[in-house]
Amino acid sequence: MSHAFAPGRRAIAWRLAAALLAGYAATNGLAIGLAALLPGGKAEAVLAATMLSFILYALAVLWAFAARTPGLAWLGLLLLGGLGMLPYLWLDLR
Amino acid sequence: MKSHFRTIMAWLHTWAGLPCGWLLYLIFLSGSIGYLDTEIDRWMNPHFQIGVHDETADQRAATALARLQERAAGAARWFIVLPTDRNDPLVRILWTPQAEPSGATPRGGSALLDPASGQPLASLHSLGGQFLYRLHYQLHYLPVPLAYWLVGLCSLAMLVALITGVIVHKKIFVEFFTFRPGKGIRSWLDFHNLLSVSSLPFQLMITYSGLVFFAFTYMPLVVVAHYGLDPAGRESFASAAFEAGESYPRSGTPHELAPLGPMLRQAEARWGVGRVNGIDIRQPGDAHARVLLRPNQDSPLRSTEIMVFDGRNGALLGIRPAVGGIAKAIHDLLLGLHEGLYAGPWLRALYVLSGLAGAGMVASGLILWAEKRRLRAERASGRAHAGLRLVERLNVGTLLGLPIAIAAYFWANRLLPAGWPPRAAWEGHVLFIVWGLCLLHAAWRPVDRAWREQAWGAALAYAAIPLLNVLTCVRHAPSTWLAGDWLFAGFDLATLAVGLAFAALAWRLARRQPAEGLRA
Repeated sequence: MSHAFAPGRRAIAWRLAAALLAGYAATNGLAIGLAALLPGGKAEAVLAATMLSFILYALAVLWAFAARTPGLAWLGLLLLGGLGMLPYLWLDLR
Repeated sequence: MKSHFRTIMAWLHTWAGLPCGWLLYLIFLSGSIGYLDTEIDRWMNPHFQIGVHDETADQRAATALARLQERAAGAARWFIVLPTDRNDPLVRILWTPQAEPSGATPRGGSALLDPASGQPLASLHSLGGQFLYRLHYQLHYLPVPLAYWLVGLCSLAMLVALITGVIVHKKIFVEFFTFRPGKGIRSWLDFHNLLSVSSLPFQLMITYSGLVFFAFTYMPLVVVAHYGLDPAGRESFASAAFEAGESYPRSGTPHELAPLGPMLRQAEARWGVGRVNGIDIRQPGDAHARVLLRPNQDSPLRSTEIMVFDGRNGALLGIRPAVGGIAKAIHDLLLGLHEGLYAGPWLRALYVLSGLAGAGMVASGLILWAEKRRLRAERASGRAHAGLRLVERLNVGTLLGLPIAIAAYFWANRLLPAGWPPRAAWEGHVLFIVWGLCLLHAAWRPVDRAWREQAWGAALAYAAIPLLNVLTCVRHAPSTWLAGDWLFAGFDLATLAVGLAFAALAWRLARRQPAEGLRA
């Protein structure tokens, strides 16, 4: 099943680092932004966003390995995390 | 023709699963057994009589209050757990000291009360089922925070493996009905698919809710971003999210706590006699004291109604509904589903089987990884590479070694001398020593012989437990059947059944055609 896809060690290391580190950053950025947008009071929104963060993290891991190059994996996740933070920066820190 | 995306997902499925597989197997196996924790507690403490002391909630609460007063006067919080169902056979007291000025969370304490004397149980005869239950999220010998992160990382890998597993399989419905036994790798793949697909909802629920249990450990930054970095912010979030916005400050004026009896009677009038499970006392001995009563959980929703009383005069201040906000309700539902405390005997059995299906899913995945590569190695060069040899040995030493080690844990319970002070701790050491021996055995013997020998070892270790019980304990199967004591009889029957299952496995392994080529 895995013959067709055999990335080199260095690429795997970069993608794994993207999955775990950039993925964690992206997840937190998105969850923090999501908590600013979700309805139902701040505590409820923070709780909901924190719970949803695990599905975000899992999808970030998928992206880290599905992106065309390791560099794109990093770029995509960091960009996503940064964009995800925007609602928080806009609404909460104004 | 497989798409490139699906190929990558298959690769990720394989490599997310493999490195975490053995730890996930331990988590699933010990967690499944953990659904029978209080039953195993009783089997491992056979001389302990419970259920013969018929006290009312009032009497139990009064005893518990006296113990708390002796041990934790001036605490911020006292908590009394009353026996209501299988989950709490004994009265338990817990306390949390006042917060330190530095904001650090102070260390509390807890004790189980001996129903005969009303005093805290002095020393543990056995670690019981609680050890196996705690193993599935705290592991052992490791600092607890490290264990939480390790288990969390494995849970994330599991979640990734579940999602990629679903993506990889186009014919997911067909796989529900496909099993072709006796066909080597094809059979292992069918077995892996059948177990995973049929229990997929449970596996998704248990993995996700496991992560939610430690959500604020793994993902603390969302709270920090919205409530600030200091402990006061964290507290204000916890209060808003989980305490209906209440907080319980101390007034500083001492005041005697109102008698609990009348409050308990109001609660029993509402929920039924014998259903008050939690007595939560905030700032006991203070003029601002509050008493929060809650019933035992009778649905997957972990949160229950809460009756709030003024601790000064016993007046009912209000009744908090079980469901407040949607997010909290989902949170409580996920945790309640994970713990399964509401489950009766049949549903509990289903929980155990579903958890074991999870262990089987992980195990068959690990075996599949090794079998595929062995076949490839045999076809190509006739030599297994080091990674394959390592995985094969870890597979034997863990997939069979860990069940053997758990059986050894039960053996240690019956064979270690009673009254020897460190005996309870040694039950746990025996588990890990035997697991280590099984790994050594797997490293030393040829792989297929190691499989067979450990399968026979597991068969013997489990099937002989009823015999061990007859020889070492007064409450063995024939006498317990006669007395209608189904717990002890059930434990013996279950270990016998597990033993026979391992014997069947050993027998199959012995019959298997030895593959051509190398035997590393």
